[in-house]
Amino acid sequence: MTDLTSMTIAEARAGLASKSFTSLELTDAHLSAIEAARALNAYILETPDQARAMARAVDAKIAKGEGGPLAGIPLGIKDLFATKDVRTTACSKILGNFVPPYESTVTSQLWRDGAVMLGKLNNDEFAMGSSNETSCFGPVVNPWRREGSNTSLVPGGSSGGSASAVAAQLCMGATATDTGGSIRQPAAFTATVGVKPTYGRCSRWGIVAFASSLDQAGPIARTNRDAAILMRSMAGHDPKDTTSADRAVPDYEAAIGKSVKGMKIGIPKEYRLDGMPAEIEKLWSEGAAWLKSAGAELVEVSLPHTKYALPAYYIVAPAEASSNLARYDGVRYGLRVPGRSIGEMYENTRAEGFGAEVRRRVMIGTYVLSAGYYDAYYLRAQKVRTLIKKDFEDCFAKGISAILTPATPSAAFGVGEKGGADPVEMYLNDIFTVTVNMAGLPGIAVPAGKDAQGLPLGLQLIGRPFDEETLFSLGEVIEQAAGRFTPERWW
Amino acid sequence: MNATVKPGKLIKGQTGDWEVVIGLEVHAQVTSNSKLFSGASTEFGGEPNTQVSLVDAAMPGMLPVINEECVRQAVRTGLGLNAQINLRSVFDRKNYFYPDSPQGYQISQYKSPVVGEGEVVVELDGGNTATIGIERLHLEQDAGKLLHDQSPTMSYVDLNRCGVALMEIVSKPDIRDAEQAKAYVTKLRSILRYLGTCDGDMEKGSLRADVNVSVRKPGGPLGTRCEIKNMNSITFMGQAIEYEARRQIEIIEDGGTIDQETRLYDPDKGETRSMRSKEEAHDYRYFPDPDLLPLEFSQAYVDELRSQLPELPDQKKARFIEAFGLSPYDASVLVAERESADFYESVLAALADKARDGKLAANWVINELFGRLNKEGRDITASPVSAAQLGSIVDLIGDGTISGKIAKDLFEIVWQEGGDPRELVETRGMKQVTDLGAIEKVIDDIIAANPDKVAQAKAKPQLAGWFVGQVMKSSGGKANPQAVNDLLKAKLGI
Repeated sequence: MTDLTSMTIAEARAGLASKSFTSLELTDAHLSAIEAARALNAYILETPDQARAMARAVDAKIAKGEGGPLAGIPLGIKDLFATKDVRTTACSKILGNFVPPYESTVTSQLWRDGAVMLGKLNNDEFAMGSSNETSCFGPVVNPWRREGSNTSLVPGGSSGGSASAVAAQLCMGATATDTGGSIRQPAAFTATVGVKPTYGRCSRWGIVAFASSLDQAGPIARTNRDAAILMRSMAGHDPKDTTSADRAVPDYEAAIGKSVKGMKIGIPKEYRLDGMPAEIEKLWSEGAAWLKSAGAELVEVSLPHTKYALPAYYIVAPAEASSNLARYDGVRYGLRVPGRSIGEMYENTRAEGFGAEVRRRVMIGTYVLSAGYYDAYYLRAQKVRTLIKKDFEDCFAKGISAILTPATPSAAFGVGEKGGADPVEMYLNDIFTVTVNMAGLPGIAVPAGKDAQGLPLGLQLIGRPFDEETLFSLGEVIEQAAGRFTPERWW
Repeated sequence: MNATVKPGKLIKGQTGDWEVVIGLEVHAQVTSNSKLFSGASTEFGGEPNTQVSLVDAAMPGMLPVINEECVRQAVRTGLGLNAQINLRSVFDRKNYFYPDSPQGYQISQYKSPVVGEGEVVVELDGGNTATIGIERLHLEQDAGKLLHDQSPTMSYVDLNRCGVALMEIVSKPDIRDAEQAKAYVTKLRSILRYLGTCDGDMEKGSLRADVNVSVRKPGGPLGTRCEIKNMNSITFMGQAIEYEARRQIEIIEDGGTIDQETRLYDPDKGETRSMRSKEEAHDYRYFPDPDLLPLEFSQAYVDELRSQLPELPDQKKARFIEAFGLSPYDASVLVAERESADFYESVLAALADKARDGKLAANWVINELFGRLNKEGRDITASPVSAAQLGSIVDLIGDGTISGKIAKDLFEIVWQEGGDPRELVETRGMKQVTDLGAIEKVIDDIIAANPDKVAQAKAKPQLAGWFVGQVMKSSGGKANPQAVNDLLKAKLGI
């Protein structure tokens, strides 16, 4: 059955349509693969009964010729998405065994289009992390290993479960969310394609909030085409989310294979960091060369406020998080640790329910919003945000179609290797990705090569607002040039 | 300080007179079918936690969506307060932990409220008025309710009210004594009820006031203020202000200083007591709510709402004075409550000659009807005498069919038994006798029977009143009083 799990969504779609196999067969193949891959800790909840029921239902529809665009495709769902009657925890102890009586808009659109849910995927607690080590269910292991090494590597985060599961063929695609790089960085670490859509492209309704002005849902898949197929179902206006955009959803798949000839691609000089590994530098040049040979024009551009993005991000995101996470108070759902007074109950519950990184960010956020500090931190960070946005606007105003950067400053690192003493070491993982969230732009990470140790590396493309299509076209050029990368199975 | 502020009643202390400075924050529940950011019902009095949406309960991943009806109501209220309407305003989060606030923050408006400065003209005793400045009006979510009497060890929470839209209406510190404060809330309540933007029911908590009180020597610098929270009765608010002002004066005169703090009024003991000090005050960590876009609408939208506003109490009062010659006092009494004004308007509509009898109708509504309703503790909406019936009674007086005295009897019959006043006058023979011959005969009989009284009246014309009484009595009150007077004077030669 390995054949079934190694297919792309596009291939499976064709196979299902031609009745070469059923969704139930496809689903069972994945369920077996998941069972065999528990060492990766990618799934924190497997839902085989539900998966088979959905597969059978969709098989019946396919038989009647009623299957939707994702008919019969088995997917994994990041645990940040509320799934009706299926435990949803954001990988935090504080949500305990919370079972929502509602389905997130994004996942409900996937089911509407015929997709099958295999289970819930691990992530950093409340999506706060860049290694998937802050999950209350323990770290996710990257299916990729350094050549000749047994060291467990992180898959990146916060969508580590999604990236790992897609790379290890434990699902055909996965939902993910990206607040500062949580889709793109894990995609880069696992040789998968990760899309952070324009802010407002996908509804946030029913997704556990981390930082509302930065959070966006997007897909992780094994190819650009698959990501485009998933995007079409995930995107769309939702009256339940005031910040979602009332714009038609294009056929993203049509952008795959479209010529990029004549497109101006910006190479931002500020992303050339001191001490950047030569391999990353080389990868970036290669990527640029591929785009050039496909007919695009390379232009050096300047995004002068880039260096302020990460510090500003670590003010804005925790500030919003400190408020968004106030609802986890032990009163109505999730964990409650009793106390002698309401104040003590709050303290006990939140101290026990939140992990160290979440507590740290709640405290940072509370601090930067406090009277007397608001202007110096939050307000200033918002001003920086405006400047970052303007940097991009100026750039696009000069006719730049997209911007090419490395996705991460390094390849995947070992579990427990980073951030132990200094959280900033971990935060620096997002140095190339946070600007995109701060500006609300779309970004895509595509696999582009391997480092000397055989670990995947990714490139990032940043697009104009609501121009994900151009990113798919460019991403496909890189995919065609670089090829696809699959980890060797060791689990 | 506003130059038009009306001096209030000064309070005498041991060191001389003190002036009270008061500012009010009124929380008015918006009249709307659903909550400010969710579709849940706003109905009062439902079983606990039956009107709670996923958004109200702050379930993970839930997002607020603004209820446009609440915005419309806030803008209409702003227009009714002659206030500036801000075409762009921002919702902020006010962060604090309490079980009645499931989100852990209240969505409110902090730096950019939907309504800016305005003013309210309030009616004081003796026909005086004062103009109280409005600082701002903003929209925010109401909190749920804690139930402490359900268990010996636990408190329960009812989220039915949670998320209901409130308008917080902040006055300028233009109020100078308890009377002005009471008049201000009374007037504000009246305006809200005319607009239909808040039912003003203080017992249900639809209208609550936080009162900021400080004292100073007249014309001196402002004193430190204390805030008395959650007043839901105008009478108690007046008492609380009086108590609090005296408390502060005593402290200062004893050489102490006022601590800025939040206090509660205990109506049983008639005193305020400390709830929390400034040091214990929350740091609310306001910041713009990233789940909501700024609230924006066009001037055309505002203009449209303005054109549809109902006539408000001040305009109505002016019209009553102008059109019917009512005294400002009577006009104020009629317009104070929307229901009273509506009733009077209905009486007017029933009149055959509004210009002639408008004022008479006002007298009847205020003196006879309100008097009787008050006596029986009934509300105008439960009046046994309808506006049409009262209009008909006034018509009968106005066209000379009955006298004022008979009208009172008629009113009583209608009150007790109902019926068409004009028909009653016919069937019960209550019509005024204007037949001079008939009246003359009665007068002649009485004069003939009482020669002594005739002599007395001739000597002292004031005593003619006795004859008027006898004639009226003899005619069953139906004789036209003017005709009786004229004839008597002629017959008695006085």
